[in-house]
Amino acid sequence: MDLSAISPTLLIAALMVAATPIILAAIGELIVEKAGVLNLGVEGMMITGAICGFAIAVESGSPLLGFIAAAVGGAVLSLLFGVLTQYFLSNQVATGLGLTLFGLGLSALMGQGYIGIRPPTTSKVDIPVLSEIPVLGPILFNQDLVVYFALLLVVATWAVLKFSRAGLILRAVGENHDAAHALGYKVVRVRLMAIMFGGACAGLGGAYLSLARVPQWTEGMTAGAGWIALAIVVFGAWRPFRVLLGAYLFGGVTVLQLNLQAAGANIPVEYLSMSPYLITIAVLVIMSSGKAKAALNAPACLGRQFHASS
Amino acid sequence: MIALEKRPEPSRAWSFATPMLAVLLTMIAGGLMFAALGKNPVEAIRTIFWDPLFGEFAFYYRGQLLIKAGPLILIAIGLSIGFRAGIWNIGAEGQYIVGAICGAAVGLAFYPLESFIVFPLMVVFGALGGFLWAMIPGILRVKFNTNEILVSLLLVYVAEFLLASMALGTLRNPDGAGFPGSRNFRSYPAGFNEEIIAGTGMHWGVVAAFIAVIFTYVLFARHQMGFQIKLAGQAPRAARFGGVNPARLVLFCLGLSGALAGLAGLFEVSGPAGQISIDFNVGYGFTAIIVAFLGRLHPVGILLAGLLLALTYIGGEAAQSALGLPAAAIQAFQGMLLFFLLAVDVLTNYRVRLGKREAV
Amino acid sequence: MKRRSLLAAGAAALALATGGGFADGHEKTKVGFIYVGPIGDGGWTYQHDQGRLAVEAEYGDKVETIFQESVPEGADAERAITQMALQGADIIFTTSFGYMDQTNSVAAKFPDVKFEHATGFKREHPNVATYDARFYEGRAVIGTIAGHMTETNKIGYIASFPIPEVIQGINAAYLHAAKVNPDVEMVVTWVYTWFDPAKEADAARAMIGQGVDVIMQHTDSTAPQAAALEANNEGGRVFTFGQASDMASFAPAPRIASIIDDWSPYYIKRVGQVIAGTWEQGASWGGMPEGEVVIGEITEVVPAEVKAEAEAMIAAITDGTYHPFTGPINKQDGTPWLAEGEVADDGTLAGMSFYVEGITGEIPN
Repeated sequence: MDLSAISPTLLIAALMVAATPIILAAIGELIVEKAGVLNLGVEGMMITGAICGFAIAVESGSPLLGFIAAAVGGAVLSLLFGVLTQYFLSNQVATGLGLTLFGLGLSALMGQGYIGIRPPTTSKVDIPVLSEIPVLGPILFNQDLVVYFALLLVVATWAVLKFSRAGLILRAVGENHDAAHALGYKVVRVRLMAIMFGGACAGLGGAYLSLARVPQWTEGMTAGAGWIALAIVVFGAWRPFRVLLGAYLFGGVTVLQLNLQAAGANIPVEYLSMSPYLITIAVLVIMSSGKAKAALNAPACLGRQFHASS
Repeated sequence: MIALEKRPEPSRAWSFATPMLAVLLTMIAGGLMFAALGKNPVEAIRTIFWDPLFGEFAFYYRGQLLIKAGPLILIAIGLSIGFRAGIWNIGAEGQYIVGAICGAAVGLAFYPLESFIVFPLMVVFGALGGFLWAMIPGILRVKFNTNEILVSLLLVYVAEFLLASMALGTLRNPDGAGFPGSRNFRSYPAGFNEEIIAGTGMHWGVVAAFIAVIFTYVLFARHQMGFQIKLAGQAPRAARFGGVNPARLVLFCLGLSGALAGLAGLFEVSGPAGQISIDFNVGYGFTAIIVAFLGRLHPVGILLAGLLLALTYIGGEAAQSALGLPAAAIQAFQGMLLFFLLAVDVLTNYRVRLGKREAV
Repeated sequence: MKRRSLLAAGAAALALATGGGFADGHEKTKVGFIYVGPIGDGGWTYQHDQGRLAVEAEYGDKVETIFQESVPEGADAERAITQMALQGADIIFTTSFGYMDQTNSVAAKFPDVKFEHATGFKREHPNVATYDARFYEGRAVIGTIAGHMTETNKIGYIASFPIPEVIQGINAAYLHAAKVNPDVEMVVTWVYTWFDPAKEADAARAMIGQGVDVIMQHTDSTAPQAAALEANNEGGRVFTFGQASDMASFAPAPRIASIIDDWSPYYIKRVGQVIAGTWEQGASWGGMPEGEVVIGEITEVVPAEVKAEAEAMIAAITDGTYHPFTGPINKQDGTPWLAEGEVADDGTLAGMSFYVEGITGEIPN
């Protein structure tokens, strides 16, 4: 075994890339859940975003247009969930699972003409001078734009939730929708907007896979990333920075186990492959036990239906 | 303006009519999609809904319907109990896998002993495997207040790696020339989950599913535990004052749903699937969540929902090979069916009023 | 037993109702395919579907092809195969190892239908044949190229599952890389999936980060190619090989050659035999001579003499004068496997579960 072959700098740079789609989708879902809605359709919205983004980027030659289309595609699909759960008052768990099923099918239909094509390259930002700094350079100043965008989104989400009036309304709706309604807030409208934001973010996460990280279109290419994003939201106790931490932890262990294998570490492969999931569980147990119990601040109305006249 | 008004009691008439309405709407919307794909919509719909039940080959498909619906119903019944109590086991897929591994391992350990005791032992260990796997999120929730949705979900992935490792290593068929996969139970009668009446698809797993439906029905209709579960789901605080022990309830619900999922896995591996292989699991654990909700968490509803979903699977496959419809179109079609079922359900619980909403 | 006879009776009734089986004259030969993935996977299933299209192109109106994609292995496969047989297919290709027992069990119920199972070894009934391709022949060629092209002397191999087919590939690639470059080291990463683009990309990046400069893959997505391209755009020098399909969109570099599974010759041959009524059970293991394993274009990035050497090896394998597993070869622990000049027998190859001498690391389990 030659552990010295693993470069910590490259490892961190790689884990940031690996974590980005999960961060995007998880931040979107965090907002949705903060508004009191549980949307289990993240996987379906991600894969729809992946194909929308891919198709538009290929047709237009512009990755930027692709990412915009992905956000729109994810949002439109999430609107289906929104209308069903908010106006038709359908069960959120079942509707979300249905959305995943539908999204997987729809994306495969849409993607039939896009197999085996290479998308336009999503360029990296190579900040001169700064990216030459040893260690920090490759990590901080030589990533693609979406990586920075995801980080920015985390900070923005945190700030909006904590300081802005919009954040306050969002949390009020999620904590107690009847009281929020009584105060004159449009519960359904707020939730619909949150759901669409979640869809847009999931779409972006999917497009990051198909346009930057893989980059290629193949059916079912999200391969469970949406579920991980859902898990990370709970893991992060509905707090943006802890979501970021969770995504980096998960991405980090995933990348590290492959590095360990490549370095010839003498650990059975099966256990290495399981490790991202097992370590996430272990950290979760530590975080949720003891005094941090109150930290599991799930929005009180999460998953509950709201009907104004009730 | 259209307004909804909550009914004091869910409408009985609508609760029967809505599923029909939903299927009808799905046929229309799905037909449009099939037409857009250049297929004859009437033929496609007939292939999916009619042919498996009454078509030329119905003698074969009816049995397959039970084989497909059996595990879905069995798992969904277990999940519905937890869901009613507000305990979210999303990881039935993992419990299904581990149940299959444990049960199959016990059976294979006895190979080639021909004894009547082998199969019952496998059943016991299958249930035990699923039970123990579900106890992980259960105990973590009770002891450390860890969220069970997350843990049970993550454990699905762990179970999948465990399955691959078993199929490639410990349980690999020693006579299989190094290929992955265990011995096939078809060639080991003592451990084979044979159809009880040949050609009907009725194997022990289907029987277990029916028993589970009846058991749950009685539990909720008559038993104290059933009442506690409902109470805990609807009014957790009241339940606590009413003497319900929340920790016990969590362990009961997770354990029971895990055991049933494990059973489903065991019956599948020892019967229709026949062996432990890398890709043994096909998503029954996740589909069962949909079945549970489609059946409105009611045992009889779950029975019907399981059969309906199984029908779309089997009819969908037939449409693929007979009409050349892409698998993706069938997936989208199932998604539509689900959406319509969920959407029209509003009519059961709410009355639609046209005109101005009265002040509340 | 009862169930079988019932089904057989049903099938017989059907045969009567429709005026008899194919022999008695329905017009077109119906050819069925059962796929394990979506035809849009761009790899394994995609190549099988190309074979199906080749059959259609070859026989035109004389055949009708039907297929079902994304069929899970297990109970669903048995139903899908039965369904095709009931619908009157004359020959059914089941294109994944996991369909082995199901193919044989359905074959027992439909003695008049021909079954062809890919990559398996069970032929329990006279109407079941098996077929596979000698991918290791292609690995030997790209191993040779890799041995020449590496500067860091580290060759990466993204491996799916530890099964004989994959192990054959690793061994063949290593033997031939080491032959032209004795210092070469094989870095094997097991990803435990046939297809997971994100994971494959991560595995490739991890290897590149550790100094691997030639990557082979036994997984189906182009993600490793893209990871290599990205590294090259940043000044790296990494080469890859297409897998299953040509992956030509990454040529001329990083993709410098590819191993293509071409099932068309076999499918055309076997369907032709069904039409002519001369089909017989068999176990086919074709390779370069049969045109089932094809090396895609070797790009200009590869030096001419290396390309010439690779082409000479392709020619030698194709005309049967060279076998990639020719002794002397020792097993990993140093025990002799093949003596000087001895050629590996198909039985040992088909069940290969050991590394050859020189590869470090262990096969999982």
